[in-house]
Amino acid sequence: MHPAFQAILTIIIGVGGCVGYFYFSNQFLDKVVFPSRGPNAGRNITRANMVRPWLFLFPALAALSIYLAYPVVETLRLSLTERLPGNRSQFVGFANYQQMLSEAKFKEALLNNLLWLVVVPAFSTAFGLLAAQLSDRVRWGNIAKSLIFMPMAISFVGAAVIWKLVYDTRPIDQEQIGALNALYLFFGGDAPVTWMTQIPWNSFLLMAVLVWIQTGFAMVILSAALRGIPEETIEAAIVDGANPFQVFFKIKVPQIMSTIVVVWTTITIVVLKVFDIVFAMTNGQWETQVLANYMYDKLFRANDWGVGSASAMVIMLLVSPILIWNVYNARKEMQ
Amino acid sequence: MSAIVGTKSSLTWAVHLSLVAMVVLWLFPTVGLLVSSFRTTDQISTSGWWNSLSSSEQNLTLRTDAPDTQIEKDGLFIIEGNLFGEASDADISVWGTSSRSIDDYTPGDVAELKNGTTVTVAANGDYLMQSEVPMDGRRGQRVFVTAQTPPEFTLDNYRNVLLDKNNRQGMTKAFFNTLTVTIPATVIPVLVAAFAAYALAWMDFPGRALLVAAVVGLLVVPLQLALIPLLKLHNEIGIGKGYLGAWLAHTGFGLPLAIYLLRNYMVGLPRDIIENAKVDGATDFQIFVKIILPLSFPALASFAIFQFLWTWNDLLVALVFLIDSSGETTVMTKQIVELLGTRGGNWEILATSAFVSIAVPLGVFFAMQRYLVRGLLAGSVK
Repeated sequence: MHPAFQAILTIIIGVGGCVGYFYFSNQFLDKVVFPSRGPNAGRNITRANMVRPWLFLFPALAALSIYLAYPVVETLRLSLTERLPGNRSQFVGFANYQQMLSEAKFKEALLNNLLWLVVVPAFSTAFGLLAAQLSDRVRWGNIAKSLIFMPMAISFVGAAVIWKLVYDTRPIDQEQIGALNALYLFFGGDAPVTWMTQIPWNSFLLMAVLVWIQTGFAMVILSAALRGIPEETIEAAIVDGANPFQVFFKIKVPQIMSTIVVVWTTITIVVLKVFDIVFAMTNGQWETQVLANYMYDKLFRANDWGVGSASAMVIMLLVSPILIWNVYNARKEMQ
Repeated sequence: MSAIVGTKSSLTWAVHLSLVAMVVLWLFPTVGLLVSSFRTTDQISTSGWWNSLSSSEQNLTLRTDAPDTQIEKDGLFIIEGNLFGEASDADISVWGTSSRSIDDYTPGDVAELKNGTTVTVAANGDYLMQSEVPMDGRRGQRVFVTAQTPPEFTLDNYRNVLLDKNNRQGMTKAFFNTLTVTIPATVIPVLVAAFAAYALAWMDFPGRALLVAAVVGLLVVPLQLALIPLLKLHNEIGIGKGYLGAWLAHTGFGLPLAIYLLRNYMVGLPRDIIENAKVDGATDFQIFVKIILPLSFPALASFAIFQFLWTWNDLLVALVFLIDSSGETTVMTKQIVELLGTRGGNWEILATSAFVSIAVPLGVFFAMQRYLVRGLLAGSVK
C-alpha cells in the first residue's frame, strides 16, 4: 500500500475512531448503562455524570501512562538489570551505574552537559532579553522579532547543516567558504582552522547553534513580559532621573524576574534533551559528547540497554528538580 | 520611552544599529545556506557565498575541444571555440597552460605547446589552437584561466535533488514519508487532548487536581526514557518499526503539552455560556462539540503548529520507532544526516536537501506566527 494512502487511511481511522469513541461511549453511557428515564432517572443522571469525565479522559490517560509514565518505571528497572541471552534479564543492582561512572566517555558527556546547561540558557536568555528590549523600541521591531524568531521553525538537523557551512574549512591555498574561517583569516589568523576538532572550542561552537535557535523563544516570552510592566513604574524612575540603563536593569529586569526564570528552566530542559545537533555535527567525537547522544550510542550502537537506561535515568535525575518545581507551582496556582 | 523624556538621544541610533546587527547575525547562516543551494558545485567550492552577488574572480581549469574536432584550413590544423562552451560574460585577466604557472599569458598572447602547436585565448574565452601537423590525443588542451565571472544562480540543484528520476538523493521519497508521519501525528493528539482538557477544565470529579499536576510533571519527562521500553513494547505487541509506532509515539509525547495548553485555554472561557447551555439541557458532549471546540480554535491551532513543527523536525523518534533496516520509511532529517556523512563535501546537495526540508516549516511559521507566539506564551509553565 502506498504510504500516502496509508496516511490518509490512518487519519480517517484515527480521527473517525476518536470521534466515534467519544460519541458512542457517551451514547452508551446515557442510553444503556444509566438511562435517564424510568424510576431511577435522577440517580442515573448523577451516576452517568460521575463516569463521564473518565470517558473523556480515557484515551489521553491511556496514552500518557503507556508512553510516558510506564517508560519511567521500566527504564528504572532496566537500569538495574542486565540483558541475558534469550530475552531474559537479571537483577544486577547498581553495577550498570558503576560501569557507567568508570567510563571516560560518560564523564566527558556529563561535564559537557553541565557546561551546556550553564552556557546555552544564559546566552539565549541574555540575547533574548536584549532582542526583546531593542525591538520594543523601534518601529520595525515586529519584523526584527520575526526574523530572530525564525530559527525556532528550523529542525536541529537543518540547523546543523546551516552551521556546518559556517564552520567549514578549506585548505590554506584555497579560498575559504566557511564564514568563520574567512573572518578568522581576515582578522589576521595564520591558517584556516578545522573548528570541529578544536577542543574545547568545538563544544562552544555546537552550543552556539542551540543559542541561535533558542534566542527567539526567549525573546518572544520576555518581550510579552516587558510589555506587561506597568508604565507608571518606568515613568516614576525617569522622573527621578534614572538613565535608560538604570531603568532597564533596576526597574524592568527585577519586575520580569519570574518570567526570566521560566524561560531559563524551559531552555534548560531543551538542553538536557539535546541530541540531534551533536549527532549530526560531530557525533560526540573530539570530546563533544553529551548525555543524550551518549545514551543513544549505548542503546543502539553498543546495544547495552543496562548502561543506556542508567544514563537515561541520569537525564531524568537532572530534570526532576524542574519537574518538582513546576508541579509545586501548578498546584499552588490551582488552589 | 524617549517620547516621555522628550529628547531623541544618540541612544536611539545605538538601538537601531544594535538591532540591525543582531538581525543580520541571526539571518546570516540561513541566508548562506539558501544562497549556496542556488550555486553550482564550482562556485560553492571556490568562493564564499557572500561573494556570489558580486562578480567573482575565479581560477578555473577549462579544456579546449578534443583533437578529433580539428579541421584543416590553408594547410593548418585548427581547433576553434570558446573555453566556457558558449559565449559568456566572463572576463579573463590572465591564463596559462600549466598548472604550475597559471598566469603566464594575458588575453591575446600566443602560447607555444609541444609539437609546434600554438594556442591563443581572448578575454571572453574564445580560443584558437593551430598546428602544422595533425594534433593527436583524446582530450583537449587544458587551459588555466583567472576570470571575472558575473554572478550566476542555478536551479539545477533543486532539479537534481527533487526531480531526479533515479532519486539518488532519496529526498523526494523522504519528503512524502515525512508528510506521512506528520499529518496523523498532528491531528490525532489534538483531538484526544481536547476531550481530556475539557474534562480537566470543566467537569468536576475527584482526583482532578492530581491529574493536572501529573500532566504538568509529564511535560518535562525526557522522551529519551521512553525509547527502549516502548521499542520493546512495540515489538511485543507486533507493531515493530513503522508508521503506526511513530504515530503512536508522537501522539504520546505530544499529549502533555496539548492537554496543558488546551486546559489552560478552556479554563479561561466564560463560565456563563457553559452554564446556560447546561441549564438549557445540553449534554457535556454537545457542549464540548458545539461550544468549547469552536471557541478554543486559537489554542487548537497553536498546539497543532507546535506538534507539526516538532514532528516534521524530529530525528530521534524516527530513528528509533520508524526507520527499519530497509530504509524505505526514511524521513528527511535522517536523510540529511546520512548525506552529511557520505556527501559531507557536496555542499550543493546538502544545502538544497536541507532547504527542501526547512521550507515547509518556515512557510508554516511565517503564515501562522501569531498562533505560535500565543501558544508559546500560554505553554511556558508559570
